[in-house]
Amino acid sequence: MAEIKKELQVVALENGTVIDHIPSEQLFKVVSLLHLHTSTSRITIGNNLDSERIGKKGIIKISDKFFEEYEINRISLIAPNVRLNIIQNYEVIEKKQVTLPDLLVNTVKCANPNCISNNEPMETRFHVTDKKNVAVKCHYCERVVEKEDIEIL
Amino acid sequence: MKNKSLVSITDYSKDEILQLLKKIETFENNPNQRVLEGKVVATLFFEPSTRTRLSFETAVNRLGGRVIGFSDASTSSSVKGETLKDTIMMVSNYADLIVMRHHFEGAARFASEVSSVPVINAGDGSNQHPSQTMLDLYSIYKTQGTLNNLQITMVGDLKYGRTVHSLLMAMSHFNPVFHFIAPKELEIPHAYKTFCESSGIEYHEYSEFLEDVINLSDILYMTRVQKERFTDLMEYEKVKNVYTLRNKMLENSKPNLRVLHPLPRVNEISYDVDDNPKAYYFQQAKNGLYTREAIICTALDID
Repeated sequence: MAEIKKELQVVALENGTVIDHIPSEQLFKVVSLLHLHTSTSRITIGNNLDSERIGKKGIIKISDKFFEEYEINRISLIAPNVRLNIIQNYEVIEKKQVTLPDLLVNTVKCANPNCISNNEPMETRFHVTDKKNVAVKCHYCERVVEKEDIEIL
Repeated sequence: MKNKSLVSITDYSKDEILQLLKKIETFENNPNQRVLEGKVVATLFFEPSTRTRLSFETAVNRLGGRVIGFSDASTSSSVKGETLKDTIMMVSNYADLIVMRHHFEGAARFASEVSSVPVINAGDGSNQHPSQTMLDLYSIYKTQGTLNNLQITMVGDLKYGRTVHSLLMAMSHFNPVFHFIAPKELEIPHAYKTFCESSGIEYHEYSEFLEDVINLSDILYMTRVQKERFTDLMEYEKVKNVYTLRNKMLENSKPNLRVLHPLPRVNEISYDVDDNPKAYYFQQAKNGLYTREAIICTALDID
């Protein structure tokens, strides 16, 4: 049994990225955030797997795909404890914890309908004002948006 | 060039505020200086505001510059669907400076990022109006001789009043004590109280407009309680006259107390206050001219 399990995990990914410890309810949000639905890479998605740390978790394995830091950090807005394993030649060569950047460009939609960013073809910019509880401030209208009201583009 | 724009009062450091106050003083002593000779200033008022526009345009004229622009978006290309970016790109080819008011919050910040010339925000929706804040600061400085350690009482609509919020942020450099007097529906937003707490600024809140508070104040900053802000009109009827300042309420106030108001006022300052030497709101408006002369010169790097 143990051998089969090992084979499934490793053979599935020769080179690529494993995104682990995604809270189950956020899994598909992470999928869409990373635009995986339009990706042509080989992707394996597992959800509602048992996790000692967070109860139920989701996991995504993507072949031959290595994300840029800014792409990955978008995830931290909805799932701050996600872990990334970078796989090369069947080996984990790097483990990464996502972190919230100071500035989010074109990631969040402003909650203020009267903000210029909702009324002009332009990129949104948000300053992260509270990394612990996740709060962001619109660079343009200066409105602060709390975690539960954050809408991701 | 871009960093010479003035979008929010928080763009200025404490030192820059103090330097600007000195500059405003020199313009008050001599408001007619032809330092803008050969310069063109565009005043783009996507949202009408006669008072602010006239003040800026007078400032440019008294400094010998020329003005182009529009006072109503219906006469600009934005009604044809032109983006703000395109309008600003076009105008920044013609003018040395852009003064703009816009109905969308953040419009001036965005304009300052796409413009090749400095942008002065003359109001972006309910967000910022920094030249108003600077003229408020100058009025306080001039009447009190300092900005430090003052008792500042703010009355009326403290929830939506952007002049109140900007003044609070600007005064936070100068160790004030704030007294906030407002009806429950219009009390100061939580974020500003948190800001005061984290900056070590003392503040007190009241729902009644009491003489006791007036009597310990150096500055009484009145604002209009607007009917359209209330969801419950019964509530408005109840409070609309509660926050009205009457002359007899100033009887035992400090000699240095001055009453400020960003104007226009409706009924929140009774007309019998106007002749009281402590009423300062008309001079305050006049300070707007010198303030805008100084802001324009600072944006254009003219000493």
